[in-house]
Amino acid sequence: MQRLRMNPAWVLLAPALGTIGVFFFLPVVAALALSFTDFDVYTVGDPARLRFVGLANYRHLLAEPRFWTALGNTTYFVLVGGSLSVVVALGAALLVEARTVRLKALFRTVFLLPVVTTLVAVAVVWRFLYQPRFGLLNALLGHIGLPPIDWLGDPRWAMPALILLAVWKNFGFDTLIFAAGLQSIPPQLDEAARLDGAGAWQRLRRVTLPLLAPTLAFVAVITMIGYFQLFAEPYVMTQGGPADRTLSVALLMYEEGFRWWNLGTGSAIAFVLFAIVLGLTLLELRLRRAASAPGRGGMR
Amino acid sequence: MRRAPVVAAHLVLGGLAGLTLLPFVWMVGASFMASGEATTLPLHVLPRAPTLAQYRALLTRLDLGRCFLNSTAIAAAVTLAAVVLDSMAGYALAKLRFAGRDRVFRLLLAALVIPGQVAMLPLFLLLRALGLVDTYAGVIVPGLASVFGIVLVRQYALGIPDAVLDAARVDGAGELRIYRSVGLALCAPVLVTLALFTFMGAWNDFMWPLIVLADRDRYTLPVALASLAGEHVQDVELMTAGAVLTVLPVVVLFLALQRHYVAGVLAGGVKE
Amino acid sequence: MSAVRSSLAAVLLLAAAACRRESRPALRLWALGREGEVVAQLLPDLERRQPGLRVRVQQIPWSAAHEKLLTAFVGGAMPDVLQVGNTWLPELVALGALEPLDDRLARSLAVRAEDYFPGILAATVIDGVTYGVPWYVDTRLLFYRTDLLAAAGFARPPTTWAGWLAAMPRMQAAAGPGTWAILLPLREWEAPVILGMQWGAALLRDGDRYGDFESPAFRAAFAFYLDLFHRGLAPVGDTAVANIYQDFARGTFSVYLTGPWNLGEFARRLPAALAERWSTTPLPAPDGTAPGTSLAGGSSLVVARTSPRKDDAWALVEYLAEPAQQVRFYRLTGDLPARRSAWEAAGLPADARARAFWLQLQHVRPTPKIPEWERIASAIARYGEAAIRGEMDIDGALEALDRDVDRVLEKRRWLLAQPER
Repeated sequence: MQRLRMNPAWVLLAPALGTIGVFFFLPVVAALALSFTDFDVYTVGDPARLRFVGLANYRHLLAEPRFWTALGNTTYFVLVGGSLSVVVALGAALLVEARTVRLKALFRTVFLLPVVTTLVAVAVVWRFLYQPRFGLLNALLGHIGLPPIDWLGDPRWAMPALILLAVWKNFGFDTLIFAAGLQSIPPQLDEAARLDGAGAWQRLRRVTLPLLAPTLAFVAVITMIGYFQLFAEPYVMTQGGPADRTLSVALLMYEEGFRWWNLGTGSAIAFVLFAIVLGLTLLELRLRRAASAPGRGGMR
Repeated sequence: MRRAPVVAAHLVLGGLAGLTLLPFVWMVGASFMASGEATTLPLHVLPRAPTLAQYRALLTRLDLGRCFLNSTAIAAAVTLAAVVLDSMAGYALAKLRFAGRDRVFRLLLAALVIPGQVAMLPLFLLLRALGLVDTYAGVIVPGLASVFGIVLVRQYALGIPDAVLDAARVDGAGELRIYRSVGLALCAPVLVTLALFTFMGAWNDFMWPLIVLADRDRYTLPVALASLAGEHVQDVELMTAGAVLTVLPVVVLFLALQRHYVAGVLAGGVKE
Repeated sequence: MSAVRSSLAAVLLLAAAACRRESRPALRLWALGREGEVVAQLLPDLERRQPGLRVRVQQIPWSAAHEKLLTAFVGGAMPDVLQVGNTWLPELVALGALEPLDDRLARSLAVRAEDYFPGILAATVIDGVTYGVPWYVDTRLLFYRTDLLAAAGFARPPTTWAGWLAAMPRMQAAAGPGTWAILLPLREWEAPVILGMQWGAALLRDGDRYGDFESPAFRAAFAFYLDLFHRGLAPVGDTAVANIYQDFARGTFSVYLTGPWNLGEFARRLPAALAERWSTTPLPAPDGTAPGTSLAGGSSLVVARTSPRKDDAWALVEYLAEPAQQVRFYRLTGDLPARRSAWEAAGLPADARARAFWLQLQHVRPTPKIPEWERIASAIARYGEAAIRGEMDIDGALEALDRDVDRVLEKRRWLLAQPER
């Protein structure tokens, strides 16, 4: 009887690695290759109609105004939406974790509810909430005396509308992480500061926030990475409109790739998106390393 | 005077909670309204005469019940497969020694950085070559194993004391047997978390099923909902009923297994 | 562990069973929009005539139809019979997705080429080969409120654009404050293209190799189109009108550039009080040569090349092409039959509202028959919207449009330059 030479670890690893290899890594490499060709609808009909074009797809992309529009829109969404999400989440976490607040678990559950609900369902509901004449939002605005806004139809308000939706949907997740970060701060530090006569705002600035810095950096960057892949909201609610104001990079990639079957261009866009996300991730790693470096008083 | 900030904090939190819940309340209320009621002024959130007409229409005329079953079957299959595959791989990466272990782990971490959309176009062509487009398998197969799941299990498995495993090894048991009888049991809590996350992720998945499925009979709920939204732009009450149907299972799961959900977020979140 | 294994097996078995239930051979038909909702009602008769033949209809909304068709083709998931908009035929033919039908047409007793509107059957002929059977015809003209037109002081609808430019502000005034005259949805490309054709523009030049949107003819037409918005006659933005039918009834707009499916929809969805207060009229012309040109559109039924049951598929196509079925279909949807005998059988030439379509169908032009048309059309809509909203001036928009179109057509130019193989 021959002894199995193979390390049993590989038996355990092989199925998962195999699946990920074939259905993820392989397509990613193929996407890179595709981005150097002009694979399109004609090629689908006849594989001979394919040309290797080198970096032409990327060059055309950088010269294409619509790509910059998408990138600008996405950046706008990431910066404004991301900051808003983080600020609201931080505020909520600080309030919930305050010593004197009750029903902490209940609040946490309520805030997490939008996070777990299906994005498409949320987008469908909010599309009605944003309706200029019959939507709840404009009704609320009317109650406080403000004029109605054409949320999804006015080019100035379409992206803010999506941002508001994203903040509502995601802040609970960040609140949870912030709350955990706050819980890990030893209460003695805050007590000591209070006994020294520091006011609430001072304690926040001098004690809490610096200790929270690594968590803050982490949350900020993972929020940005997630927001950069904006797709379902504009797809369901605005189709990139009005006037391309909610066209995101991922939506542009979907259009090029799955609407017009320009796989060459679509793959190029996907890789640009990847490069941006990679850059942000490296940034997060660097920030985290810096924030928890010794000598800065950073705590876990 | 010291009460004021406490009351204020509770008010603010309560207000925030109220705003968070308001869309849900409106959604449920509108789903029980008769057609056209949600767009009649003055706007009201609760139905005047609650009716099940919208739900009946969804389940009979529009066959959403079938999509519900599709979603359930697909999410269950993915969850089962992911839990099995990911736990095996995560355990191996944490507890077994072999050449190239760190390199494999780093490679997997690198995969986490790549957005899923990058792979979608060639993956579609690959599935077409395998004849899996417009099939349940086509939706399930890319999700069979996930890097997030492997990392989650590995993280947890690192905390298993080696003493237990060593004792089994001394007794002469092979590694695979140790995994089956000891490792898996010790990993049970994280497996529940993993199953929860995987199920919810698969249930909520939109972009991939949208691309892969052509036949309406195979649509999952999010895809069916998006398709309905395209046709029935005017039917507010019908769409909200569809939305309720879509979110109900994941909300129930979340409420039932909150602790595990929170644990999972934090494990992935504040790890070093 | 064994529990896990057995549940895994159970799930797989369930999935397999479900899949096996799927593979009973029913013919698959994809129909779009309202037609998709309705065509199922025509099928029981066919199934009775040919026992053993069952047809499954899947309805696909127009908004997602083009991408769904292409995705299905690339993924190898095409149905047997499809309804396809005529402007998409060249694209599907370039992909090799459709079955040529000349042989079957020659042998068919039900489908007689002479009975079709001239030029409509021609729309399904690409490079000399017929790929589809026209199902219904489509063109665009004006639906309008007769009472508001009368209140504006016009006994009969104008036949020139100048006439309408005079009538519309008065119709707007008659409808009240906060209303518009004409609804021209920003997402749609038909209006600027139709106006371009009326002003004599070719849209593309050089054998459809380059865009020709900076030509004086198209520029003049485009300027007229933008003017309708800048004068406040057409609403800017698609959210101004929440529900087309309710808003038409309310007078939010009183003129609508649309197609024959709305004959049925208006009848169904307008409140009873409006039943006699609307009508149709052929398009006006820039000069006095009414009626102005309109789009030759419509949908055809095609058979997928990958269908394993082409004879059954053809039987379905023949059935739906029968004059009796065309009449029934018209009554259900308002879609105008592609066959003249069906028109007469349904009494359409005598129907006041359908008569406008009869007249208009004598003055229609097709869009360029190239695979890239859908993409070019969406670019036209996009730059149209940018110009309407004042984000680009007219020359900037047209120049950008030409640039985009030239880039889209680059591969076509390369293919046409290849030597014949």
